[in-house]
Formats: sequence, C-alpha cells, structure tokens
Amino acid sequence: MALLEVEDLSVTFARRGQRAVHAVDGVSFSVDAGEVVGLVGESGCGKSVTSLAIMGLLPKQPGLRVGGKAVFDGTDLLQLDDRSRRDIRGRDIAMIFQDPLSSLNPVIPIGLQVTEVLTRHRGMKGETAAKEAAALLDRVGIPDPKRRLKEYPHQLSGGMRQRALIAMAVACQPRLLIADEPTTALDVTIQAQILELLKELVRDSGTALLMITHDLGVVAGMCDTVNVLYGGRVVETARRRPLFRQPRHPYTVGLLGSVPRLDAGRGEKLNPIPGSVRDLLPWPEGCAFAPRCARRTDECVGEPPELVHAHDGRSYRCVNPEPVPGLVPAPREEESA
Amino acid sequence: MFRFIVRRLLQLIPTLFGLSLLLFIWLRRLPGGPETAILGERGTPEMRAVIRRNMGLDEPILVQYGRFVRRLIRLDLGTSTSTKRAVTTEFIERFPGTVELTITAMVIAIGVGIPLGYLAARRRGRFLDHASVGGSLIGICIPVFFLGYLLKAIFSENLHWFPSSGRQDPTLGATRVTNFFVLDGLMTREWDAAADALWHLVLPSIALASIPLAIIVRITRASVLEVLNEDFVRTAEAKGLTEQTVRRRHVLRNAMLPVATSIGLLAGGLLSGAVLTETVFAFSGIGAFVAEAIGQRDYPVLMGFILIIAVVYVLVNLLVDLSYSFIDPRVRVR
Repeated sequence: MALLEVEDLSVTFARRGQRAVHAVDGVSFSVDAGEVVGLVGESGCGKSVTSLAIMGLLPKQPGLRVGGKAVFDGTDLLQLDDRSRRDIRGRDIAMIFQDPLSSLNPVIPIGLQVTEVLTRHRGMKGETAAKEAAALLDRVGIPDPKRRLKEYPHQLSGGMRQRALIAMAVACQPRLLIADEPTTALDVTIQAQILELLKELVRDSGTALLMITHDLGVVAGMCDTVNVLYGGRVVETARRRPLFRQPRHPYTVGLLGSVPRLDAGRGEKLNPIPGSVRDLLPWPEGCAFAPRCARRTDECVGEPPELVHAHDGRSYRCVNPEPVPGLVPAPREEESA
Repeated sequence: MFRFIVRRLLQLIPTLFGLSLLLFIWLRRLPGGPETAILGERGTPEMRAVIRRNMGLDEPILVQYGRFVRRLIRLDLGTSTSTKRAVTTEFIERFPGTVELTITAMVIAIGVGIPLGYLAARRRGRFLDHASVGGSLIGICIPVFFLGYLLKAIFSENLHWFPSSGRQDPTLGATRVTNFFVLDGLMTREWDAAADALWHLVLPSIALASIPLAIIVRITRASVLEVLNEDFVRTAEAKGLTEQTVRRRHVLRNAMLPVATSIGLLAGGLLSGAVLTETVFAFSGIGAFVAEAIGQRDYPVLMGFILIIAVVYVLVNLLVDLSYSFIDPRVRVR
C-alpha cells in the first residue's frame, strides 16, 4: 500500500456573492514509501494548495471547503482533529517552503527554531537538544554549526537559510517530506546544491519526497514518478523516463517544448504554450486546457475528458493525445485497454 | 550600545537649542504680555513699562535669550512671573503628580490594550473583535474632559466608589519625600496613604488612558493579523508546534514591533495631554499650573514646561529604540 494516497482531493474557496473557485478539483495521486514524486504545473494550477491541504495548513477562512481523502499510513489526514494533526506534522510529515527568508522567524535564533521541533516531538531539552541541532545543521552541510545556532536568519545566506529549514524538516526523520518549490528563490548554483542535498537525504533515510515544482529540470533530475497538474486536476501521470521520452498529454508536450535547450540550433525559437493559465474552461464544460491546446477537437468541449489508463502504467486525461511514434495513429482502442 | 545612547543624548542638545530659540521668539510675539496679565486692561502705559523693565522684557530679544540660556546651563529656569517662585521649585512640587498619573494611564493602556488587541485579532469577525474595534473608535472620539466628567458623575457622585478630586485625602497628613504620593507612602510605610493616593489615581488615569488604549488596541490587532499571515507562522505550524508555542514565540513577539513604536509616541504626548484630565479632577499636577501660566503669559514657566516635555519625549523614544534591539535582532543599535 502506498504511504500517501490522495484521492479525489478538492479545495474550494467560496465567497459570498462571488463564484466559488475550485483551486483543486479532484486530484488523485499516490506516494510510495521512499519514492520521489513530482507535482508539476504552472503557477495557479493548484499544486501548492494541494500540499497545504494535505498538511492541513490552508488559512482558515469562511467559505473554504476541502473534500476527498488524503490517507497517510492508514489515517485520513483530512478527518483528523487539530491536535492529532499537530502530532503528525513535523514528526511524520514535514514540509519545506519556497522562500527561505520569509519562512524563518526573523526575531529568534536559528538554534531555537531547530530545537523547538526536537522539544515538541522528541522530548529533547537543553544541552541534548542543542547538540542534536548542531548535528542536524552539520548534516545539511552548514559549516560551523555551533556558531550558526546562535545566529539569526538575516545573518545567513539564502542557501544556508534553506539548508536550515531542511534541517528543521528532517529533524524527526519524517516518512514523508513535502517540498514546495524549494529552489525557486535561490541562485542556480545554490539550487543544484539544495537538490543534491534533498536527494541525498531521502536516499539515506528512506524518506519519501513529494516535490512540488514548475521546473521540469528539477523533475528530470529527481523524480521517480511525475504528476502533471492543470486547472486543479491531474492531466498526466507517468514514470519519469516515459514522460520525458513520450509525453501523451498536449499540455505536457507544451511544458517540455517551452524549456530552453542548450542543444537547440542557432536562431531556433522557444515554443511557449499560447495563452495563460487564466484562459481555462471549467472542467465540467470540457477539457480545461482546450482553449490553449493545439490538438483540440470538437470532442474536447462539452464533456470533461476521463482519465485514460494506458497499458504501460501511465494515465492521461485527453481525448486526442499525442500519438506514440511506432504505433498506428488513432490509438484510442489501445489506450483504454 | 553605549555609544548609541551617548550619541542620542548629545543629539538632544541641538534639538533643545533650536526648540527653545523658536519658542522664545514665538512666545514673545503673542499679543499681551505678563504686564497686561498683572495690571489688567486698566494699566497705564507708564505702569506697563515699569513692569516690563523690572522683568527685563524691554531689552532686545536676543539679549533676553542669551540670559535665558546662561541660566539654563545651570539648570535654572528663572522665576515665575505669576507666583514669584523659582520655576524649578514649582516643577519639583508639581511634576511628580503628572508623572504618576501618566505612568498609571500608560500601564492601563498597555496592560489592557495589548491583550485586547491580540484577542480581537484571534477572534476576527466575531463579537469580541467588533466590540473592541467599535469601542476603540468611541475611545478615540470621546474628548478626555467629557469622559472625565462622565466617570466622575457615575463612579464618584452616584456610586461613591472613588474620590472625585485631588491626589490624596489631606486629613491623612501623609509624609512627603519625593512628591510621588504613592511612592512616598510605600517608602515611609504609610500604607493607608499609598492606597489612598492610588485610589485617587483610578478615575483620572482611566480618563487619560482612553485614547492611548484605543490606539494600542487597534495597532496590536492590525499587527497580529498581519503576522498571522506571515510565512514563518506557517512554518511553525508545519513543524507541528502547539498552538500556544506558535502564538507566544512566533506571533506575539513579531507583532510587538509596531506596538512598541506607538507606545513611545503616545507616552510623550500623554504627559502634555494630562493638562485636561488634571483640570477635570482638580488633580494638582503640572497641567493645571501650566494652563494658568498660559493665561498669565508666564514665559519662564511655559518655556520650562515645553523643554521638559521635549526632553521626556526624546528619552522615552530612546528607550523604545533600545527595546527594539531586544525585540528584533535585525535592529542592531550602533
């Protein structure tokens, strides 16, 4: 059984007098123990909201509705009361965020921000906690950890701050680590270091990693399985290699096409996806991607496309998918097999 | 840290110099003068001239200012033209009452304002929130003297819970040491005197606290609401910390920064704002004395009062700046 099984997760923000916004609209995916899973999509596709809903960290506000299931190790996280949720957070499921500076408390030292997790979940206090905190900082590659413990976030560089946040997240050796665009706010060279660190940590400790990103380069370097999100739904799920070699959903094709390549010919242009995430069709009225899709047919509008499970273990939500080279065109019977 | 304090105190000198020069000239430009106040409308020009000469007011203004500054360096603020006593003596007698009143009002404003603002933010959109936001609006709008009379009418004249005027019951015959009546009572172990002085402080300090209290409630509420949306609060929640730890360690401490600033600004203003409250409660502080001095064109008293207020303002805000470096490590004073 999977470690985390997200089933038909939906998050709706309703405001009085306004149309309800379906930020996440029936997302399903799973993460196995020790696996690295990617959640990929443009900004606004619902990937961050998905992770916050799993953690129970969505800002409490009237009109917020969370539906579906997020079963972690046999318990549905969405049904838990506040106290049990706090017990799981930081201990079994930890999370790191996008902007390391704003994610750290500016007025208390790094040391306390690490030890408070140890005190909360591992009952460590005083000297023991300080020692363990230093060991954790050392493990995430922060030099001179003893001194760093006394410093404040503004005294650390961006990369160091993200390392410190990672140290806090792995302090209790969680079974699942959720990383929400952990490298977006960092320099390219630092990005690679942080990704390398994350890879190392999950490999050594057997922690599963849910990697939320818009960066296909990150996906290519890290993920075992990839879920592509569009308009609050998963539009394609595949193992990493098949996804990059033969994307089936036109949106995945578009994402891959808009990545600049070093081996591209001179003067060759990038192929961005036309339009923006805002030009989406509500799912009940058809495929949300249809307004921007190059392979749109008449069938795309009217009914929402079902998720098609292909024979090679991958699935996509499209009525006119990208053909697989070598197969006979119009492979619709084969796909549903 | 030490150098920062010294530098700030040195900055006080040019500030006071500029302020005193401006005031000196401006006060003497006001219509009327001490001679009119003393003689009334009927004084002959000759009588006025005699008084002006006796007070040294006939000399060029810069000569007068020079004399003022020379005395000021020896901490001599001159002699009151209306009471004929040294201004410093008058102040030593009267300032403690005002300071006592101001401190009590500030303690009430901070002690009630911060918790109330915090609770309002936590219960946003609920009854307590609406009540405290609405209440603070009323608090800001009601003039202090009106609130003073209202409190007096209800709690003193009708219910007889609190005395309606004065600083202490004179029949107690309390010993005077510092002229801070509560402190005197504690120092001389005259407990009944201390309690009585404190009792006299209740109504006037509530009246005086109303505006700063309302401002502190609003600033705390807004600041807490802002901090609750910060990323680091989400991080703290993601760590699974208890609600109590998240609130105390991560929310409250960060929310205190703007509140500290406003307290500094309010405290200075409160000292000068005590004038009205003291008048309503016949509370013998500096306020009533200064109000009188304005009518009498008592230049030395007015100069002294404003300069002392300025010094207090600078000192209070220096304290606030120092407290910053304890609350926020990013603000390192140099």
